[in-house]
Amino acid sequence: MGRAANSNADDYIRMYKQMVRIRTFEDNANQLYLDTKMPGLTHMYSGQEAVAVGICEALEKTDYITSTHRGHGHCVAKGAQFKEMFCELLGKAEGYCRGKGGSMHIADQENGNLGANAIVGGSMGIATGAALSAKRLGKDHVTVCFFGDGATAQGLLYEVMNMAALWNLPVIYACENNLYGEYTKVEETAAGSITARAKAFGIEAHVVDGQDVLAVNSLTQKLVARARKGEGPFFVELMTYRYHGHHVGDINRTYYRSKEEEAEWKDKRDPITNFGAWLAKEKIVNANDLEAMGAEIKADAAAAVTYALDAAYPPLDEVDSHIFAV
Amino acid sequence: MREITLSQAVNEAIAEEMRRDDTIFLLGEDVAEAGTPFKILSRLVEEFGTDRIIDTPIAEPGFAGIAVGAAMTGSRPIVDLMFGDFLFLVMDQLCNQAAKAHYMSGGKLNVPMVLRTNMGATRRSAAQHSQSLHALVAHIPGLKVAMPSSAYEAKGLLKSAIRDNNPVVIFEDKLMYQDKAPVPEEEFLIPLGEANVKRDGTDITLVAISSMVQVAEEAVDRLSAEGLSAEIIDPRTIVPLDEETILKSVMKTGRVMIIDEGHQSFGVSAEIAARIAEKAFYHLDAPVLRMGAMDVPIPFSPVLEDLTVPTADRVFELARQAIQGEI
Repeated sequence: MGRAANSNADDYIRMYKQMVRIRTFEDNANQLYLDTKMPGLTHMYSGQEAVAVGICEALEKTDYITSTHRGHGHCVAKGAQFKEMFCELLGKAEGYCRGKGGSMHIADQENGNLGANAIVGGSMGIATGAALSAKRLGKDHVTVCFFGDGATAQGLLYEVMNMAALWNLPVIYACENNLYGEYTKVEETAAGSITARAKAFGIEAHVVDGQDVLAVNSLTQKLVARARKGEGPFFVELMTYRYHGHHVGDINRTYYRSKEEEAEWKDKRDPITNFGAWLAKEKIVNANDLEAMGAEIKADAAAAVTYALDAAYPPLDEVDSHIFAV
Repeated sequence: MREITLSQAVNEAIAEEMRRDDTIFLLGEDVAEAGTPFKILSRLVEEFGTDRIIDTPIAEPGFAGIAVGAAMTGSRPIVDLMFGDFLFLVMDQLCNQAAKAHYMSGGKLNVPMVLRTNMGATRRSAAQHSQSLHALVAHIPGLKVAMPSSAYEAKGLLKSAIRDNNPVVIFEDKLMYQDKAPVPEEEFLIPLGEANVKRDGTDITLVAISSMVQVAEEAVDRLSAEGLSAEIIDPRTIVPLDEETILKSVMKTGRVMIIDEGHQSFGVSAEIAARIAEKAFYHLDAPVLRMGAMDVPIPFSPVLEDLTVPTADRVFELARQAIQGEI
């Protein structure tokens, strides 16, 4: 059911564009914060694009994801549009959640995004429940549960992995190990091996280079196909890196990680630069094509930001609507 | 009319709704073959199978969270939380996730789930199996809270809760599971948010929640014997709260006492008392009175435990004093 990315240039180009869209979205969101035009704060996904894109490109629109506080990348990768996303970040009525959720709660149900979550690990039950729902209702939807290395310390993960394994649920637990939970190294918070924890429940677990979109996509396609046949659940640890701090205001971070380390990941392991170079080497596109794609996406983002800045706030009488569903 | 126990009423409500709607399933600890420790769900698994009556591991946050996700994606799960005291374990899933998903998504996500649990002291179960924690969830916008006072209410409210498109928490008083009440054979629903005037009276209004309706009825019988007349209002749901019926009664009688088995401080009785004070103050002939559970962890020793909850004796005495101008 997943798209045949490995044999199709269009799929490669779409994956490249989706990664650039995420990076561009984040650059704009960061600028809105720096310009004090965005209420609150936000958490940048930059650096981790190959994870969201590699996974979501292996999913159908009807498949579900649950996301995290660092969720813009998942949202874009699952099919969301810039305009509604920027409106949401700015608390405007045309946002995906009518401005009620903001950066940490974007949900885009039409594209299968059951929502970002501001409680670390908070969506693990939701993802597992979506998988139970699909299985019970005889649908072949697969659910991917995104969470970070920090969330592996939450007990909920082990409760729901136990049930997912007992009941063979079509869920893939995608642990984005970006090496830091907030301001603390993963070595200081995670004992032993992360994948060994999934294996303890009899869940097949993989480690993959989260900076290599093709590696992520290829593995995910196989796992999604198997999950649809009832062979789930699965666990994937994706080794990746966040370029910004924990949130946009986390500027001075040398006390927990070095500038040399950051430069190393950005210069040598950037998922977009490396995939672009590969596309050029394989003569699927040339450097000019890549530049043109980037420019078009930048223009789209700029137009969406302008639109969102000018867009209306929700009417004040919406403050107490949507408490209960009809 | 036939009489059935509250336990049978719950069982019937679930069976009827599950026959009507395939998207409903139930999950919790020992719900299938065991039918729960209280045997409320006995035999449901025989009709609906283990695919729809699902035994879970002892992992309350996990299965509560699973219910939230299932509810968002086309299922209508019923969570069986074995004791109300375990609410503290599921608070994130219930209050941060289920309660807020519809609002935070601007109305896009719905969470049509029911969480059935229980409340009630004097079963000699000590402090972690005796609490009445409905005030905790009533405090969180986005959750509806039902408090059945008999088998009739238990059935009608549960059926409405299952059909509601929001998370609904139902507290059954575990001491009432074997209490019988008239329940029609034919189908009926009790809307969420509609109080019941259980008894008509003129001298004082007793707003009684869940099993406190029984306590109030006993007190009213004794008041009648002394020639005093009391009205009993059973709110049936505390969210939404049928304020109108309560205020109408208070404006008629001019006196009111709220009786609730939750701890008195910061509790449901305080909320109802405050609303009466704000909206019916000039109709009052006596201070607004309330009686909740004592502000102590529920003790084990029977002689101590019995002191902690409202009793008919104490309700009678306080109501009498109010009516006779002794307060």
